[in-house]
Amino acid sequence: MSKVLIKGNEAVVRGALLAGCKNFFGYPITPASEIAEAAAYYFPLLGGTFLQAESEIGAINMVYGAASSAFRCMTASSSPGISLKMEGISYLAGAELPCVIIDIMRGGPGLGNIAPEQSDYNQIVKGGGHGNYRLITLAPNSAQEMCDLTMLAFELSDKYRNPAVVLADGIIGQMMEPVEFPEPLQHIPDRPWALKGTADSHHLVCSIELEPDRLEEHNQKLQAKYARISEHETRSECIHCEDAEHIFIGYGVVSRILHSVIETLRAEGIKAGLLRPITLFPFPSPQITAFADEKRVKSFFVCELSAGQMVDDVRLAVNGRKPVHLHTRMGGNVPSVKEIVETFKASQ
Amino acid sequence: MKTSILQKSDSFYDIFTRKGGMQLQSTHYCPGCGHGILHKLIAQALSDFGIRDRTVLISPVGCSVFAYYYFDVGNIQSAHGRAPAVATGYKRANPDSIMISYQGDGDLAAIGANEILQAANRGEQMTVFFVNNAIYGMTGGQMAPTTLIGQKSTTTPRGRSSQNEGFPLRMSEIIATLEAPVYVERVMLTDAKNIARTRKAVRKALIIQVEKKGFSFVEVLSPCPTGWKMTPVNSKKWITDVLARYFEPGIKKDVSEDRQPLIQMRPQPHFNQYHELLDIKSLSDDLQGIPLPEIRPVSDDIKIAGFGGQGVLSLGYALANIAMGHGYQVSWLPSYGPEMRGGTANCSVKISDQRVASPLIDNPSVLIAMNKPSLKRFEPDVQPGGIILYDCGLINTKPDRTDVRILGLRATAEADKLGATKAANMIMLGAYVRMCGFLSEDYILKALPLIIKNKAFYTLNEKAFLRGMAMANGSI
Repeated sequence: MSKVLIKGNEAVVRGALLAGCKNFFGYPITPASEIAEAAAYYFPLLGGTFLQAESEIGAINMVYGAASSAFRCMTASSSPGISLKMEGISYLAGAELPCVIIDIMRGGPGLGNIAPEQSDYNQIVKGGGHGNYRLITLAPNSAQEMCDLTMLAFELSDKYRNPAVVLADGIIGQMMEPVEFPEPLQHIPDRPWALKGTADSHHLVCSIELEPDRLEEHNQKLQAKYARISEHETRSECIHCEDAEHIFIGYGVVSRILHSVIETLRAEGIKAGLLRPITLFPFPSPQITAFADEKRVKSFFVCELSAGQMVDDVRLAVNGRKPVHLHTRMGGNVPSVKEIVETFKASQ
Repeated sequence: MKTSILQKSDSFYDIFTRKGGMQLQSTHYCPGCGHGILHKLIAQALSDFGIRDRTVLISPVGCSVFAYYYFDVGNIQSAHGRAPAVATGYKRANPDSIMISYQGDGDLAAIGANEILQAANRGEQMTVFFVNNAIYGMTGGQMAPTTLIGQKSTTTPRGRSSQNEGFPLRMSEIIATLEAPVYVERVMLTDAKNIARTRKAVRKALIIQVEKKGFSFVEVLSPCPTGWKMTPVNSKKWITDVLARYFEPGIKKDVSEDRQPLIQMRPQPHFNQYHELLDIKSLSDDLQGIPLPEIRPVSDDIKIAGFGGQGVLSLGYALANIAMGHGYQVSWLPSYGPEMRGGTANCSVKISDQRVASPLIDNPSVLIAMNKPSLKRFEPDVQPGGIILYDCGLINTKPDRTDVRILGLRATAEADKLGATKAANMIMLGAYVRMCGFLSEDYILKALPLIIKNKAFYTLNEKAFLRGMAMANGSI
């Protein structure tokens, strides 16, 4: 299979269509607009629907409607737009509807700016909408993964009847890299619960349950599902961790920078390794805990483009057994390799 | 003699089960409420038209939140005000379905005013039943957007005042001003005559959708004895005497005779056409058989910078593509975020025989500077032993660095001589390729027309590239 040099945002749209997605509902916002633009061009060519909604709220509710049927659907936005979608996302999670949401994060809070940040971590991974729900969250760090993880998001979303999010930053969206595209998926899993316009599919899609006992039961069912997802779907990548004394942790573009950091440190004889979460929910806590238990591991070093959101999950996994250091940049600034190396050395 | 058998519509469930707990009744509507009558009229129409199985009814937030208790069809319960968007999503994915957006006044005219206007304006193929009882029933009698001036509610304890709350919204009249809607009528559930009119409107609105003619909207003035604190009999009288004076019943728009059915043909390409339709085409597919030099240990971090319009980004794109074609790992990152200031553009290209770690470049091994601000900005960052290529025709100062290889080219001036200023970037590409030594000239000449697809520039780009290589000869 040969490779194509392509932007991450455009790889998302190709990946979605190859995964059998038929419906895209979106609203323009920088730096995610290329996704809607490419979707507007390619979805109708393959017999699908593209509709520019009246608002982010409209778009996510169109997803709610389409997701109730037998067909795959998606939306894409960036941080402020995702905030607006939160009501709909809570409903999708409550009604257990499969769909894929792409979030190309930008600087906040408020209107912020259009430069890369990772400050949507809490609103996506911990839930920004109301209620006890979780979103399957995948964090690509290359154009290839923008395609692959979008496809995986559709698969997991259907498998667990749960919304899945591809959480990327502006750099991963804007960057061009070689991508190998797989053959299109020919069979989408059947949805026995979906509304199909037939006599045997008079089903109900809803998230309301007035009876406290029944709503509690529904919540427990959801929690059991999230536990299953945690057990089976946790993904991470380790580079040079086999003998590492210092484990660096970061996702998205940060993981790429940290890759350069550990290579720089290794060249100086410091045994550094990189653990990159590919799934943010489920978070690779067991892997981190295992490293914390290793005698040779002396410290953890977290880097994120937010004030310290993911670090909470790292600290929970490490549980005080080893020091956890944090380096953050915000407002759209991205740390240099040198800067991280210096902060690391100062922390030791 | 004609015999008609009166029976329950099969679009209703046979049994309305008691839900237990807080809901001991078999229906959750209050005595004297209009919803039950409207439900019945809709259910009858769905069965009579034989469209029950392909009907999806959206239950909104409001008193009709549990409409799905009764309708034996596909049911979706949606968020407050969002029913028209939800219906749009389902309908677009399933064009043969029959969509009913069943909404109350708070849902449709307050929190969901945008969704209904936009769906109506797009002419979505759906039928909207808008139950207007001038009050929030479900939440216990608060003001609705249709509450009349002077009408008391729990949030207008002294009566609605136009100074404080504005005026009641006449949604049917607003929707009727839009181009797309086919049929808009306001009816009322008061006496037998008006219920018969309502029945007619319900059926007409649904038939328009069956015939794929577009968006129809039926506003139903409906009694709420509980919210109004009136007897059912007085409630009906109040509709006729008071509510209908402000919300005048009647047809507000009807173009159903003129509208043609919307028949959409969607392409259904075979799976083996997907890659072609998605423009998934690799450079190497077209350039098979060209001998390529062996992969060498390479780690070039190239910063290319200049004014917007100098072809800085496309130079980087061409270079990354060519190196990828040779089998190297590459990344291309345009200036983005805080770097994008002052009308300058830059991009970072990484070429390596190993996996590319960070796509960002703090210290370039090669700087290609097309204007003075770019040279000033990035010169200090260049790695010792690195290369600076700059347009010495445009930049009147020389780089200060003594620990790097420096090559000044009059790229823009040479491009002008070749016939197009724009080709300066290809001169720089030629110079870089000559200096780096690991990319094949033959391959690039064949690849360039496939990368920069504007045919007008084929010959020019080739000339400029070769000129750049020649200009760099002296510096090797």
